Amino acid sequence: MIEEVLVTARHNAKVDPSLGIWTWEISFYLFMGGMAAGIMLFSAWAVLARRESVLTFAHNRFALWAPVVLSLGMTTLFLDLEYKVHVFRFYTSFEPSSPMSWGAWVLVLIYPLMILQTLSTLRTGYPKLARLLGHVPLAAPILDLCENRRRAIAWVVIPLAVGLGIYTGVLLSAFSARPFWNSAALGPLFLVSGLSTAAVLPILAGVKTPERHFFELTDMGLIAVELILIALFLINLATGPAHQLDALHLVTGGPYTVPFWLWFVLPGLLVPVVFEVMGLRGNRSFALLACVLVVYGGFMLRYLMVEVGQVSTWTDYAAQFDPQLLQRLMQ
Amino acid sequence: MTTFAMVIDTRTCIGCGDCVVACKNENKVPAGLNRDWVVEATRGEYPNLETEFRSERCNHCGHATCVTSCPTGASHYWKGSNIVLVAEEKCTGCKACIAACPYDARLIMRPEGYVDKCTFCHHRVDQGLDPACVSSCPIHCMYFGNLDDRDSVVSRVLRERRHKTLLPETGNRPHVYYLL
Repeated sequence: MIEEVLVTARHNAKVDPSLGIWTWEISFYLFMGGMAAGIMLFSAWAVLARRESVLTFAHNRFALWAPVVLSLGMTTLFLDLEYKVHVFRFYTSFEPSSPMSWGAWVLVLIYPLMILQTLSTLRTGYPKLARLLGHVPLAAPILDLCENRRRAIAWVVIPLAVGLGIYTGVLLSAFSARPFWNSAALGPLFLVSGLSTAAVLPILAGVKTPERHFFELTDMGLIAVELILIALFLINLATGPAHQLDALHLVTGGPYTVPFWLWFVLPGLLVPVVFEVMGLRGNRSFALLACVLVVYGGFMLRYLMVEVGQVSTWTDYAAQFDPQLLQRLMQ
Repeated sequence: MTTFAMVIDTRTCIGCGDCVVACKNENKVPAGLNRDWVVEATRGEYPNLETEFRSERCNHCGHATCVTSCPTGASHYWKGSNIVLVAEEKCTGCKACIAACPYDARLIMRPEGYVDKCTFCHHRVDQGLDPACVSSCPIHCMYFGNLDDRDSVVSRVLRERRHKTLLPETGNRPHVYYLL
């Protein structure tokens, strides 16, 4: 038996009694980052595959959603910073060993690229907006250039968007101090989940039947891959050292078992597949409900990963100093 | 790299907590926050119990994952040594370093929001003094010095006594040693 007890005060905010440094703001940012990557990839693919006739929405209108979605995520990322006035410090150095530094600089490349991708679709997808933009000097030649280079832009989008989608997972998996996160499966898992949540957006936007069927079938495939990656992630933990076995126990019998399986895997992955099958058979209500559940599942994946990862630790004192006891003594 | 080390004798430490108070006084650590703490570890089954007291803090790792994870370079090594510091003016409060520390040894300063931690009292070390916690220990169970110097007190006691570090399996190469 080993019992380790803190005999002096240690109640550092957000660190004790267990780590709670990142909450919904980071989960939401990772969710929106993955979704933005997915939107960019589907838009680029529709252009590269010359599928305008079937994937009209993805080809002409979807790209505009990416900067909006990513900006919402960036807003909550900013909200999470404890020392907000120093946010510019991300761009006064590049730290090659820090995934977060890579992410900050990738976003510098991603933003202009998603603007160019949007501009290349503006006249066909959003003619009113394009006409409004036409009053701005130099707008017309820039729109011409983007439209003429549309395929080239799409080719550049593919690797950078894949990088953005994977980065949202690598950001967590790079922390060896948190056994639950420390798995190479997280990067691909977050990328596929990002693609899945992006795939249901056109259906929610009310696209026509052929495009809806394409995205429903694509999403079913992506959910299948996601389930395989989750299985690999759990196998990775199950075959790891003691700290990873302890981390696995959190979702297989421990306090996060119900949230993980009943709040995420079941309603966020398994039920949507069944509903999507019913949607393909013509039941529009189930198709729309499936989309909502996929978006919910995408967020829950990030929320639980961020939460459980912080609870998994190398340092675990059997008892913690309780500052409330001190308060009682002072009364 | 100059390797500074702290050595704590678990055979003589009584867990009085003076090191914790000394740190708070020396570094003006705000109420409710702690850079160091004392752990009482009890092993065995009654009546064969064994207790050790450990004064714990940042381990000033040779391979500090908090430094490698910092996106702005705020977490850094002091003057080419293993003493890990946080440059307040570069810290964004992103908390990546807190997530990266397997010892949970970092804290968020209030109300500013930058990340703080034990500095081995580098301002005292710079003047040839011991950290405040070591200087204030009433039973002299804490030692501090340069591990690269064979004649330093830390090199000598580590040569002579059995010792351990916390979580060496992390690969972080911690430099707070506990005499057994």
